[in-house]
Amino acid sequence: MNSKTKTYVISKNIDQHLVGISNAYQFTARFFKEVFKPPFHFREIVHQSFEIGLKSLALITVTGFIIGIVFTKQSRPSLEDFGATSWLPSLIGIAIVRALGPLVTALICAGKVGSSIGAELSSMKVTEQIEAMEVSAINPFKYLVVTRVIATTLTIPVLSLYCICVGLFGSYINVHAEEATGIISFFKNAFTAISFLDLFSSLAKSIVFGFTIGVVGCYKGFNATQGTRGVGKAANQAVVLAMFLVFLEEIIIVQVSNWIRYF
Amino acid sequence: MEKSKLSEEKGAPVISISGLHKSFGELEVLKGVDFNLFKGENVAVLGKSGSGKSVLIKIIASLLKPDQGEVVVLGKHPDKLLGQELNALRLRIGFSFQSSALYDSMNVYENLSFPLTMNTKHLTRKEIDNSVAEALDAVGLGDKTAQLPADLSGGQRKRIGIARTLILKPEIMLYDEPTSGLDPVTSAEINQLINEVQQRYNTSSIIITHDLTCAKSTANRVAMLLDGKFTKSGKFEEVFKSDDAQIRGFFNYNFIQ
Repeated sequence: MNSKTKTYVISKNIDQHLVGISNAYQFTARFFKEVFKPPFHFREIVHQSFEIGLKSLALITVTGFIIGIVFTKQSRPSLEDFGATSWLPSLIGIAIVRALGPLVTALICAGKVGSSIGAELSSMKVTEQIEAMEVSAINPFKYLVVTRVIATTLTIPVLSLYCICVGLFGSYINVHAEEATGIISFFKNAFTAISFLDLFSSLAKSIVFGFTIGVVGCYKGFNATQGTRGVGKAANQAVVLAMFLVFLEEIIIVQVSNWIRYF
Repeated sequence: MEKSKLSEEKGAPVISISGLHKSFGELEVLKGVDFNLFKGENVAVLGKSGSGKSVLIKIIASLLKPDQGEVVVLGKHPDKLLGQELNALRLRIGFSFQSSALYDSMNVYENLSFPLTMNTKHLTRKEIDNSVAEALDAVGLGDKTAQLPADLSGGQRKRIGIARTLILKPEIMLYDEPTSGLDPVTSAEINQLINEVQQRYNTSSIIITHDLTCAKSTANRVAMLLDGKFTKSGKFEEVFKSDDAQIRGFFNYNFIQ
């Protein structure tokens, strides 16, 4: 490949990425344009929320519980060096509420829900089901995208709260086994260290993560091409992009909440 | 000359297309198409794969926008309509997809009732049930309501796809390759169904196909779309006997196949 061809390939890739960003922006803007317009498909939103919740519940239960136990086990030796194991509930409470609960839930949902939405919509796209809706005078964006994005935005914060509860319970089991701490004492210590800002930023993060997972899954599915090959590609890209954006948003929200905390 | 004679016989066209151009990137698919569909008429559009047949009906259904030219469907310009006006026009057009495009996650009953419930308010459960039963009866599959699309044969899926469009009582039917991928017996059944739909619902239809049997048994008129333009239009026998080298090539190839 000579240098002229290389330059052409690089500039073409940059062009494609810029067009992709512009399309994603327009897709998101269309969501906000359509979300407040009737008809509101409440039944479909409830159905999707139920699907998302049910699909992820078992995995979040197991993962949240294990994270609670493992994080407690890993943190104990460091605190033992200072004779400060009584701080374990506070430490775990802060870590799980501020970061681990929302992040773990978002990552699990990005893998499970994001890929499922990406695959479902892309499969509908390549088999002309989305066009079939259009010719039946049904707005497929409103019926398929708006409902799913609302469902992920509402459900993932609830799952995140559930993950926090399960994680704290896992931590309590370990603390109780090692230090014989009572349940009331554990949760009192854990929640004393958590401020309103922690809860608020945790909730805000979960809402942003839920929205991101929904929009990315729908965007990749809705714009799938290349027939059946495109279905796998859309599902894969939905997971990778959603996870990347979740981490990016985590950094930004942590930074913003720290500014608020110290201001 | 021929066009004006048809106009006199059948009144104003329900679909009128003039100077239609459509390109995808540098590939020009339609290069100035002129076409009329008259009330109660079944027109088969014949042509090679990739000749722009499906693109033509997707422009009529406003799934694609034309680059140039005028498209008038039931007195409206679909490419200039938006929102409610476009939906109102689309409800008057039935589109049967090549892949049937049935909703995988819904059973047959839900596939049929979905467009109805989404487009008509205040329908009782009984009215919806009756409409579904009537549409399924029209395609001869009244006993399949609980089955999922994955459990149906190719021919049954095509029939359910047609029933789903009939439930909205369209005035125009657009069939995209209705017999592709089907065995000769099932193809004959679909051809018969297309004729029954025309008689029962008094529809005007465009049938996109490269299946000569389908064209011959369903169409009042055949139009050859070659190289992005209609090269010949008339009764099947007239087009079949054409001396045009490209048309002869198309028919000869299909017979060899």
